[in-house]
Amino acid sequence: MFSIENITHSIDAWLNSTFSPGLALLLESLLVGLCVIGLFTVLGLVLVLMERKVSAYMQIRMGPNRVGPGGVLQTVADTLKLAMKEGLTPDGADKFLFNLAPYLVIVVAMMILAPIAFAKGVQLWDLNIGVLYVSAVSSLSVIGILMAGWASNNKYSLLGAMRSGAQIVSYELSAGISIISIVVLTGSLRVSDIIASQQDGWWLFKGHIPAVLSFVIFIIAVTAETNRAPFDLAEAESELTAGFHTEYSGMKFALFFLAEYVNIFIVCAIAATLFLGGWMPLHIGHWSGFNHVMDYIPSSLWFMGKTFFLIFVIMWFRWTFPRLRIDQLLRLEWKYLLPISMFNLLLTALIAVKGWYF
Amino acid sequence: MFLKKYISDIFSAVKSLLKGMKLTGYYFTHRKEIITQQYPDNKEDMKPPERFRGEVVLIHDEQNEHACTGCTACELACPNATIKIITKFDVTPEGKKKKALDTFVYHLELCTMCNLCIEACPTDAIKMAQTFEHSVYDRSQLTKKLNKPGSKIREGVE
Repeated sequence: MFSIENITHSIDAWLNSTFSPGLALLLESLLVGLCVIGLFTVLGLVLVLMERKVSAYMQIRMGPNRVGPGGVLQTVADTLKLAMKEGLTPDGADKFLFNLAPYLVIVVAMMILAPIAFAKGVQLWDLNIGVLYVSAVSSLSVIGILMAGWASNNKYSLLGAMRSGAQIVSYELSAGISIISIVVLTGSLRVSDIIASQQDGWWLFKGHIPAVLSFVIFIIAVTAETNRAPFDLAEAESELTAGFHTEYSGMKFALFFLAEYVNIFIVCAIAATLFLGGWMPLHIGHWSGFNHVMDYIPSSLWFMGKTFFLIFVIMWFRWTFPRLRIDQLLRLEWKYLLPISMFNLLLTALIAVKGWYF
Repeated sequence: MFLKKYISDIFSAVKSLLKGMKLTGYYFTHRKEIITQQYPDNKEDMKPPERFRGEVVLIHDEQNEHACTGCTACELACPNATIKIITKFDVTPEGKKKKALDTFVYHLELCTMCNLCIEACPTDAIKMAQTFEHSVYDRSQLTKKLNKPGSKIREGVE
């Protein structure tokens, strides 16, 4: 049966037999790096087009449909346009920080890809604290945003960056507590353990009420963390010009733009892994016949399907809800999401200890 | 008491959010609702709505007669001097001199399609046509004379 695992194993075996182990490892790292960059490029292209088409259909209009069949080459055209634009650095800007900020945000996005399992056996680094690593590294992106805002030498950029920083830091709490509730049910921070524990059903169904509550809170929190509407005050075009990336143009802006869409993919991948089983097909308890049928669909397809469904849900949010003001945003987090998620964590701990889950 | 309000707030909020999502979900799944018309491909059967404001035209009927009395109400109503009425004096059969329209000069390049001239006309002589393809290479083609050659005012219009 078609599986990415076979391809990776065969490449690994060939490399190890042809070169010395050290050189093989180096070559593998290079190959993985190229794959990650390739994935980013493809994701950027696909997600931007998906956003435009989804938003169009929700607004009773058609999206781009002239460039290429059905509009698929639209993002290629956009990328070419951005690449040819002049990357202007403002006069009083802090040159080093201004140029460094986009690269920091992209590198953080790349690093978070490491513990995510794309298919059975396809995982860059299965470390024993996978989930904690993801949560910790995603906090680094705040630094990139603050750098961009400060180094632009622009009051509005600074204001946008400050608001964005406050928003991200606040919503990380709720997202973290939601992640912890699944970790409590699983008993391990290792990503492969979490996926393996969903062998007989996804945590969203097995963990009934607390898991559903965690899922909802997690989706809301990561929508806010990636500065995505309805929480996109920091970069809304009509509010603060463009917030922290006002002064960026050309390739640097393209990197911010790409990093935003890749972040959406990453947080949806995390949500799919924790709550919807990652690459694990839909299994119901011990119905071996049904489970066996479900296993025929390749695991990479399961993972991508789940992730893109969650991405669609996040896009659905964007084009349905009006934007929240910064005080409403922070109020939502500190007065509603955080108390509910803490209460939910207690509830999850209770059902985990008593064994009241499937 | 505070807790009851807190929880009821949350439930009503979630309910309203889901109502909104249902509507956009409906629009997403029902492609028939799309109101975009793919312009250059549908030129044969595309018809802009009646209320679309294209350019000002003087209504002529089959006998090449119009209803414009030359009262210059439209020229006075126009905010940026797009219309210029040139009048002449006709001699009626009784021998009296009566004002009549000589030329209705209309500068399409200045017109903002604001509809004020149509509203000002007392005899409903002008209307907005539904044409919108006005691009030309030579600017002088945009200065139009709206009354057709050989046309005169219809009987019975004041």
